[in-house]
Amino acid sequence: MKKNGWYYLLIFPGLLLLALFLMIPLLRIIIPTFFPNGTFSLELYRSFISNKFYLGIFFRTIRISVLTCLICIVLAVPVSFYISRMRAAKKGLMIALATFPLLTNTVVRAFAWTTILGKTGILNTMLVSSGLIPEPVQLLYTEGAIIVGSVYLFLPIMLISLVGVMENISDEIQEAALSLGANRLVTFIRIIIPLSMPGIIVGSVLVFAGTASAYSTPLMLGGNRNMVMSTLIYQQAMLLGNWNSASVIAALMIVTSYVVVNVLNWIAAKLNKAEARE
Amino acid sequence: MKKSKFQLLMVILVYFFIFAPLLLIAMTSFTEESYISFPPHGFSLRWYEKVFNTKSFLDSFKLSFTISIGATLIALLVGIPGAYAVSRFQFKGKRLIKDLFFSPNLIPQVVVGFALFTFIIVRLRLNVSVALLTGLTVSVVTYAFRTVGAGIDRFDYSIEEAAMSLGANRVTVFFKIVLPNISSAILSAFLLAFINAFNNVPLTIFLSAPGMVTLPVAMMNYIEYNYDPTVSALSVLLMIMSLLIMLISEKIVRSGK
Repeated sequence: MKKNGWYYLLIFPGLLLLALFLMIPLLRIIIPTFFPNGTFSLELYRSFISNKFYLGIFFRTIRISVLTCLICIVLAVPVSFYISRMRAAKKGLMIALATFPLLTNTVVRAFAWTTILGKTGILNTMLVSSGLIPEPVQLLYTEGAIIVGSVYLFLPIMLISLVGVMENISDEIQEAALSLGANRLVTFIRIIIPLSMPGIIVGSVLVFAGTASAYSTPLMLGGNRNMVMSTLIYQQAMLLGNWNSASVIAALMIVTSYVVVNVLNWIAAKLNKAEARE
Repeated sequence: MKKSKFQLLMVILVYFFIFAPLLLIAMTSFTEESYISFPPHGFSLRWYEKVFNTKSFLDSFKLSFTISIGATLIALLVGIPGAYAVSRFQFKGKRLIKDLFFSPNLIPQVVVGFALFTFIIVRLRLNVSVALLTGLTVSVVTYAFRTVGAGIDRFDYSIEEAAMSLGANRVTVFFKIVLPNISSAILSAFLLAFINAFNNVPLTIFLSAPGMVTLPVAMMNYIEYNYDPTVSALSVLLMIMSLLIMLISEKIVRSGK
């Protein structure tokens, strides 16, 4: 590869775009949050943390994202393993099927769940008419609804990340373990899951970051009583005109996603090292 | 290898979970009743008719479509040279450039939306369509950069070197040799970036004005006040669009092999 000056010209448009319309706008909102009265102070952050309502929203966002992630892992691990053992053509079809919802917008996908979970929705109608419950129960506009909707949004991403890693696990490894007397479940937990860890972590990064910053799903399935950080920032910025508060929320969202992504990547690196040593 | 019955059961349940809600929307879109019910009664196309008679949907579709095409083209114009530089040259700060191109996907979109709202609309006083165009370009440039980058990585550098050793200059080599060979990667990047721009909610919700909202935002606004099968019908139409995009990309990937 030759070294020359071409790259300056080639990367310049991208640099300009991202500097002007990503970095500068971000710095313009984040930096002032540390100088509320002209001098450096963490006052705005302190008042966010001491506000029980805001803090509750912060922890709800984390809770929903963690639970969504865990549910996606539990559902995707056996399914992805099964798919990873399929023949190429069939595997391709299964991946394509999982990709389809990802190309459909999130409003459509959240809307589907409002028709299922609503008071007069499909699920309530079915439960009442079958006599299982006497009257419709509140399913929509709950934290549970947000979690179901988020799993629905991001499960395909976890599936695809896992299949990509699991198809590289050779059949012989599992057969060796089985022939040495380990049963199926033990083999799966002790051999397959550790070998799939890189995929689980990549998937978790995407699912966590996606859930923590999703907007339409928590709004449409959680309602006003179950706000999350992304609906809170919209409310503060666009409905209440409270830009200081919106900027603090923005900073906290960036920090949260940065910390989680890096911790997960750090775990992945540790696991890789441990594996290399063995 | 023996496959377990439990795993097969999970596969069936998970794929049912993934597709049942979409099928339900499709079924409710053909109802004769003026509310969403299940099982739907009768068969009619009146809700599809209503989609095409609802001005807010038509206007927002036009806006979303043109802005998304524009943003995708700019993202490619910026992303292709960037991806080529990172793939073919060694230079200082390469790692940083790569991280920068990936950063729009790491920062929550609502945050970018709010930041662009205060910068482009409030500070620069530019209009909403400019804000949408730049915002969506930023949000999809990563797709262009990554997908095209993968295409360039797969294309053998020695072919370029051969052309150059025969006297072609770099620009000629890029347009005559590289570009035709990565055309399928560019098409995939185009489709991926377009659909992501078109579907974007968290960014575009901040960049709107009366009568200037993107289609997904218009749908959300509609659902807030009306709960009728029009949205089901529109959803089906959008699913058909996604399906077409998916089939075309599959075809591209296959012909590329």
